[in-house]
Amino acid sequence: MTKEIMKVQDLTKFFPVTAGILRHIVGYVQAVNGVGFTIHKKEVLGLVGESGSGKTTVGRAAIRLIEPTKGKISFLGKDLLALNPQELLEMRTKMQMIFQDPYSSLNPRKTIGDTLGEPLRYHGMVKNKVEEVDRVAEILNMIGLSPDIMRRYPHQFSGGQQQRICIGRAIALNPELIVCDEPLSALDVSVQAQILNLLLDLRNRLGLSYLFISHDLSIIRHISDKVIVLYLGKIMESASTKELFRNPKHPYTRALLSAMPKTHPLQKMDRMQLKGEIPSALNPPSGCPFRTRCPFAQPICAETPPVKVIQDPDTGAFDHVYHCILD
Amino acid sequence: MNQPILKVHNLTTKLQIGQHAYSVVDNLSFDLHLGKTMAIVGESGCGKTMTALSLMRILPQPPALPSEGQVIYRDQNLLKLSEREMRSIRGGRIAMIFQDPNSALNPVYTIGDQLVEAAEIHLGLYGDEAVNKVIQALMEVGIPSPEKRIDDYPFQMSGGMKQRAMIAMALMCEPDILIADEPTTALDVTIQAQVLDLIRRLQKKKGMALLLITHDMGVVAEMADDVIVMYASQDVERGKAIDIFDRLAHPYTIGLFNSRAGFTDPGSMLQPIKGAVPSLTHYPEGCRFHPRCPFVMEKCKQGQIPDFLLPQGDDHRAKCLLYDGTRESEERRKK
Repeated sequence: MTKEIMKVQDLTKFFPVTAGILRHIVGYVQAVNGVGFTIHKKEVLGLVGESGSGKTTVGRAAIRLIEPTKGKISFLGKDLLALNPQELLEMRTKMQMIFQDPYSSLNPRKTIGDTLGEPLRYHGMVKNKVEEVDRVAEILNMIGLSPDIMRRYPHQFSGGQQQRICIGRAIALNPELIVCDEPLSALDVSVQAQILNLLLDLRNRLGLSYLFISHDLSIIRHISDKVIVLYLGKIMESASTKELFRNPKHPYTRALLSAMPKTHPLQKMDRMQLKGEIPSALNPPSGCPFRTRCPFAQPICAETPPVKVIQDPDTGAFDHVYHCILD
Repeated sequence: MNQPILKVHNLTTKLQIGQHAYSVVDNLSFDLHLGKTMAIVGESGCGKTMTALSLMRILPQPPALPSEGQVIYRDQNLLKLSEREMRSIRGGRIAMIFQDPNSALNPVYTIGDQLVEAAEIHLGLYGDEAVNKVIQALMEVGIPSPEKRIDDYPFQMSGGMKQRAMIAMALMCEPDILIADEPTTALDVTIQAQVLDLIRRLQKKKGMALLLITHDMGVVAEMADDVIVMYASQDVERGKAIDIFDRLAHPYTIGLFNSRAGFTDPGSMLQPIKGAVPSLTHYPEGCRFHPRCPFVMEKCKQGQIPDFLLPQGDDHRAKCLLYDGTRESEERRKK
């Protein structure tokens, strides 16, 4: 077994909803509720779910960009939630993030050289300007851009190149884990493929691990080793990617997979149509959150669903887990 | 073959940028038939949305210049109609739905107000009659308790609901042609499946022609009878959907298909198209794809590239010299 990078247990984040002039709390948005996972070195953990399922909140809470309400996060063997600000700052170099929209995550007034050099200076990874320029050039080479572009500004680049720059910034500090929050959604198909290749290549070369958030199942299938299916802040099912796509157990996973568009006009699809839409996280259904849309729902689903564990023929371990009364 | 309901012939739309005019839609021709779906596929900036906007004549002028060519609908050239005549067709006979329902619906009017307005203008219905028509239209697109939802403002509805309301507005006047510009791009997969299914069902019921604009080959496989692949303002390949999926011809289409994740071994490297889409002001000479093409030949670099009819398939054409029948091309293709 390779080294464990991150272990998250019972991660929960409730956002308070306030009202009135005194801003008293009238309720909580239960964005993430009891999510747990582990990520090993060089592993890609895919996080899928519809909008509002809490994917992004999981990603942010896991690296403490937002404070979780509850839970335990161990990162590189340390308790992330117990770190003081100074220690957390040092730890930040080991966990980075890539966002959906590359343009809005780059400072339009900073040159590329400055954008990539700043984290190096800030964290004291380089001693002087010469070292900084050398390191930035090295990073640019790694992400497939020419070092000549250091003096240029973000608007002079295409969306794909901007996303490369964001990836460069994320890898600048030699991180262990990168949280990728829908990094391909804003890009065209042909550019998506280029960025996907780059991410895989960097993982292999630098031994990175990714927490990869996406709503696109074919991308998740391509890049992930393990997949977690989220719905209304709760894990519905988790398994190795192969197992999940071959043997989906939870009705929500099955609905999600069957909603994938056809790959050929003549392909016959056995669609499982879902009624309605994802309920509000302000007042999620009790028990299994999916029961309001589930075609197999029974009265018992209003209670906490049983956790079922089956053997995953690929990994050999009993790590295909789903939460449902069905077998 | 029955008569096409819309005949587009050599449609060219130019944008005025500085001293020059650049074609965003370059000599595009196609027919739409009642009950059939034509898909225009391509990446951002290829001109697919510009084509739709040109047909509807809703491109802002300037920067756009009036479109050239012909768009024949029921024996009249839409490009030659007066704005007043066009108004009665636009929205009524030819309707359009957009990618982002948030920006297509007016946030300060209720859904009901907006749909009733359309009923007044295009159907001449007023008062309760109009309201009833709207409720019926909303019911048809599967909005639960429409008599209550007509008083909702767009922000009170989810993305899927708003998209349904927009479809209801478009279909209320029973148009002959529906232009759908990326109708499901902003939606989640499960909602996308619902909305595509809805469009398909309503199309069958009303027998209208659908012009679907998308970048997603999955949506094409779901919906299309015929496909046009656009690159840099031109149609580079066209044919029946089945021919396109089974016998991709143009290197750009091949590149697009190879770029999709989920068809190769997970974790393996994909084969993306190298380089980036050229900008409108700097289209290359000759074949506009040649700087990125893995099969490029010397003759690709200049002149106009004609359409070549492919031997197999039903009127399957590609704008590519690999299919000109010369020995050089045949050998190049085998590589």
